[in-house]
Amino acid sequence: MTSTRIPVVEKILDANDQVAQQNRAWFDRHRTFAINVMASPGAGKTTFILKTLELLSAKYRMAVIEGDTAPVTIDSDKVSALGLPVVQINTGGDCHLDAVMLHAGLQSLPLEGIDVVFIENVGNLICPAAFKLGSHRNLLVASTPEGDDKPYKYPNMYRGIDVLIINKMDLMPYLDFNMAYFQQGVEILNPGLRTFPVSAKTGEGMSAWINWLDEVIQQHRQQ
Amino acid sequence: MHELAVTESVLEIALRHANQVNAERVTDIFLVIGRLSSIVDDSVQFYWNMIAENTICQNANLHFKRVPARLRCVDCQMEFEVQDSLSPCPRCNSFHLDVIGGEEFYVESIIVEKEGAAI
Repeated sequence: MTSTRIPVVEKILDANDQVAQQNRAWFDRHRTFAINVMASPGAGKTTFILKTLELLSAKYRMAVIEGDTAPVTIDSDKVSALGLPVVQINTGGDCHLDAVMLHAGLQSLPLEGIDVVFIENVGNLICPAAFKLGSHRNLLVASTPEGDDKPYKYPNMYRGIDVLIINKMDLMPYLDFNMAYFQQGVEILNPGLRTFPVSAKTGEGMSAWINWLDEVIQQHRQQ
Repeated sequence: MHELAVTESVLEIALRHANQVNAERVTDIFLVIGRLSSIVDDSVQFYWNMIAENTICQNANLHFKRVPARLRCVDCQMEFEVQDSLSPCPRCNSFHLDVIGGEEFYVESIIVEKEGAAI
């Protein structure tokens, strides 16, 4: 019996990243712009997505992919009620969506004619940050009740996103949320990150976000 | 929290490379994990003992090489090591920092046993 060392040097999440590239190619083939929406549980991801769908429905044909850890259709029912295509991915208790799960979910979502797809990730600030999905943008919905220390506690999440929503701005009068402290943490981790303070419930601040998104989609389609 | 998925991926990589050389057994796996990746060694080891069972990787030792986080100050070009990515530049106190090390996350090598002559 001989013992031999074999050099490997292979990224542990390489398999995931390769499938993420396939997902991206699939979106691109259908000219669909995909946004990965991440947040902690209760930050208001679903309300934010629903409000965005409502405000953009006259202009774009949209669809939603719902990642949930349990087989409940609470979120997907709300999207269905708007008459939009929705696919639910049940992660079976897993704490995040990965590229393979999304790839499987995409088999049940015809992308023909779909301009924009929102992928609602599992509510979690740690694991979704590690798994690329193949989306064109990674978005985080933070919310004021979570506290102003979240960038400092979840640096990997804040470092990896392209756009940040600060939701539940309508609750600011009732909270000890120090916006300057929060934004200082964001600036350290992700300098110049595009940030939109909103209330998805009241609609406050949503127009700035919608205008920006509209612009980004237009730019993407021209490429 | 996602260590199960990560550990499954390590197993898949080790088995694939071991099978390529027709190894009979994998005895050691060397992992390089940057300080900034949110992976807990004990948790990987815990899952490893379960999922490697009944494969040629059973009882293989996992070796974790932790790479420190290295940052470079955008303002004064100072390079320094930190425990987290939220420490200011020790020379000029700037927070404009680029991460230049600590995000590594790969299988470096494996040691396998094989019948007969060296591979």
